Amino acid sequence: MNATPARQLRPDAGADTHTISLNINGKQHELAVEPWTTLLDLLREHLDMTGTKKGCDHGQCGACTVLVNGTRINSCLSLAVMQDGAEVTTIEGLANGDDLHPMQAAFVEQDAFQCGYCTPGQICSAIGMIAEGKAQTRDEIREQMSGNLCRCGAYNNILAAIEQAIPACKGGLRE
Amino acid sequence: MTAYLGKAVSRVDGPLKVTGKALYAGEFGTADLCTGYVVNSSIAKGRILSIDTQAALSVPGVLDVITHENRPEIASYNENYTDMDAADGKHFRPLYNDRILFNMQPVALVVAESFEVARYAASLIRVDYEAEPHQADLYAQRSNAHKAPTPMPPDRGDADSAWANAPVKIEAEYHSPAEFHNPMEMHASTVIYSTDGKLTVHDKTQGVQNSAQFISNIFGLPDGDVRVVTPFVGGAFGSGLRPQYQLVLATMAALKLKRSVRLVLSREQMFSFGHRPETIQHFRLACDREGRLVSTIHEVIGETSSFEDFTEMVVVWSASLYQCPNLRLDYKLAPLDLYTPLDMRAPGAVLGMYALESAMDELAYAANIDPLEFRIRNFTDIDPASNKPYSSKELLECYRQGAERFGWSKRSQEPRSMRDGKQLVGWGMATGVWEAMQNPASAKAVINIDGSLVVSSATADIGTGTYTVMTQIAAEVFGLPLEQVTFKLGDSILPKAPLEGGSFTVSSVGSAVKQACETLQQQLLDQAKEEDQSPFSNLELDGVVFEDGEIYIKAAPSERVKIADLLKKGGTPSMEASATASPKKERDDYTTATHSAVFVEVKVDEDFGTIQVSRMVSAIAAGRVLSLKPGRNQILGGMVWGIGMAMQEEGMLDKDLARWMNHNIAEYHFPVNADVHDLDVIFVEEHDEVVNPLGAKGIGEIGIVGVAAAIANAVYHATGKRVRDLPITLDKVFE
Ligand code: FES
Ligand code: FES
Repeated sequence: MNATPARQLRPDAGADTHTISLNINGKQHELAVEPWTTLLDLLREHLDMTGTKKGCDHGQCGACTVLVNGTRINSCLSLAVMQDGAEVTTIEGLANGDDLHPMQAAFVEQDAFQCGYCTPGQICSAIGMIAEGKAQTRDEIREQMSGNLCRCGAYNNILAAIEQAIPACKGGLRE
Repeated sequence: MTAYLGKAVSRVDGPLKVTGKALYAGEFGTADLCTGYVVNSSIAKGRILSIDTQAALSVPGVLDVITHENRPEIASYNENYTDMDAADGKHFRPLYNDRILFNMQPVALVVAESFEVARYAASLIRVDYEAEPHQADLYAQRSNAHKAPTPMPPDRGDADSAWANAPVKIEAEYHSPAEFHNPMEMHASTVIYSTDGKLTVHDKTQGVQNSAQFISNIFGLPDGDVRVVTPFVGGAFGSGLRPQYQLVLATMAALKLKRSVRLVLSREQMFSFGHRPETIQHFRLACDREGRLVSTIHEVIGETSSFEDFTEMVVVWSASLYQCPNLRLDYKLAPLDLYTPLDMRAPGAVLGMYALESAMDELAYAANIDPLEFRIRNFTDIDPASNKPYSSKELLECYRQGAERFGWSKRSQEPRSMRDGKQLVGWGMATGVWEAMQNPASAKAVINIDGSLVVSSATADIGTGTYTVMTQIAAEVFGLPLEQVTFKLGDSILPKAPLEGGSFTVSSVGSAVKQACETLQQQLLDQAKEEDQSPFSNLELDGVVFEDGEIYIKAAPSERVKIADLLKKGGTPSMEASATASPKKERDDYTTATHSAVFVEVKVDEDFGTIQVSRMVSAIAAGRVLSLKPGRNQILGGMVWGIGMAMQEEGMLDKDLARWMNHNIAEYHFPVNADVHDLDVIFVEEHDEVVNPLGAKGIGEIGIVGVAAAIANAVYHATGKRVRDLPITLDKVFE
């Protein structure tokens, strides 16, 4: 299929690139990527999908969390070439038009953010965590959301939003 | 009667933030965009002898390497580098010459077609230096400290002899390390170069007009050639009060290459500029046998750089908060070969109040008085520093409501007297205070024939809720549904606004928004009066009501006119009004401040020494809180910051290199979700007609002030150990 090419950013890019196919938010892409490009940089720098955030580039903050085949990962720690054939869901792929995903709606209602920069990662991480099925108590949610830093300190509201959204998210990702 | 003010309204920008559509400074693009990457120095002081850029330049995709040797013309005079939050002194000029003033100083900028190429090429640059000895030890520089160039409240009485002769006294020294803002969004500037040479800059800043002026001055660009547009800021906490070097470098590259440039700092580079200064505070405090303060001596040594004098309001609170007849304050700065410190959330207050409220606790114990009771005995509603009354100070009510919610009456005074199994339980408290300021600000209001109202001002929303609260104010004044009101900010061509900081945005810009809306209403009413036999002819604004796009007479609600009809008749699709709100003269007769009472429970594991802040109640008196959701969130965030300050945050300096060792957010700790437990916020009712027409004092800072002391006091109560060196880590509790 004829999908969007990644923005060619180097004059000699062709020499080193690998072609991978990625399904991003339900859309199939055939992409020529350099071996050193992370999934995060592919999204942000090459596909202009800046909803996924970079807060450290070192796996320390969780701002770059996306769902790969339904599992939450730090996209800054994964090279794009490693994800050939994967299904990637980012913050841009959660809502249905103007109809927010229950986790997004809960974040707005509970005021679970201030600056909003950690928020896409928090939301993707929360959805991934619920799908993992491990977080049963408030303490467990806090523990398992601790890879997602929020410098604004909106943690109590993040917890409240996740608790609110759990019933609507039980089946993992909404179809 | 209020439809929106004081209500819990969801953030108007919430949907953009939860869908990833909110664009931050480093996320704007254009077809010809190229990317920069900064090379930082590896020495703290000396000269650059040479920079070898050959290898970097030969990497395919690299467009240029800019250093002090080949940069375009920039201003040399110091005054061209000043800004709205500049410290006194000789401001830092990025890539100006071969001088190195601090470690991790930017020395070169690589510009390439892609981020990855720029970053790789930056690693190939070799810099040779001639190093000079540096100084990075605050204690070693203590004797070289000079008087801080900042106004101080006058001394009172004879503090030294009053202290010497007092029956109950303490003397203690408190230390707090450098802290880094570390907003989740790293500092970034995207400079969009247009063919006519004009620049549109997306800069991470708390003041778009500050950034615009700054680069106009440095590059000698005519007014109007630079427009700074920053609709969203991913946190700042003070780091965006001064323009940072990435703005200068990105602009330099755009002008040199005549191309659009994006430059995002790495997390490591977020440790290469301003921070909360390391501070040593020496306290002597004394009271009589009834627990009334008789002497306060507060002496501070703060860190500054070799080129600027960074001052903050660190000692002033000791002069104002409590009654005390004898007072001596001292504030000195010790220059180190580090970058200049920078205002960071509740600058000064957070440090000064940590020391004051720790000392108050120590003295309460020396006098054997309950720490809360001790503070109540020293309460004053006249500011002793100025002899002016507080415009309002519901602090006693904060103490009462906070203590009741917390259950303070069940506390036993003796340290190590409360426990929960293997956990030692400690209850501590502290007072918080911050100024309630107002600065001149302007706003514009436009009402359109379709019923929409657009209000604007060049302020910022750094997560503080500015979009939401300004929308609420305008909707309230105009009696419109929130959906019909839009507030615009973060664009330097909008009406003038002060920096977004100091908790004065609602007070300053909010007052301007209200005034602009009221001015517009007056214009509409005047227009209504022009009609033949207008029923409005003898009425003033207070005689009419604006509601749902209509104006009606309060005393005769059936007499009404549609705003759209007025506009139609006037033959215009819209009508606009601007206003500038300035602080009232009356404010000069008062001291205006927000206050808080913070109550903390800690649990310290007897075997392992681990410390958990299990509960915190903060009772806040901040006048009227206009927007409840973001407002409460601000206080919660402040409390979380207080936990970080008390127990985790510490810039660790390798003094031999004058370089921050833990320059990443795995090793520079701040609270994660699991560090935060039960936090409770009480907004105490407080009426204040003096502060501004809205009665709102501002709440961005007050949430953090006092928290570190309350935690330190709780740790003492739990363990019997006074840790006077932040952060309080388990090794210090059991050493
Ligand atoms: S950017 Fe990936 S974890 Fe921080
Ligand atoms: S909302 Fe600002 S970092 Fe989480």
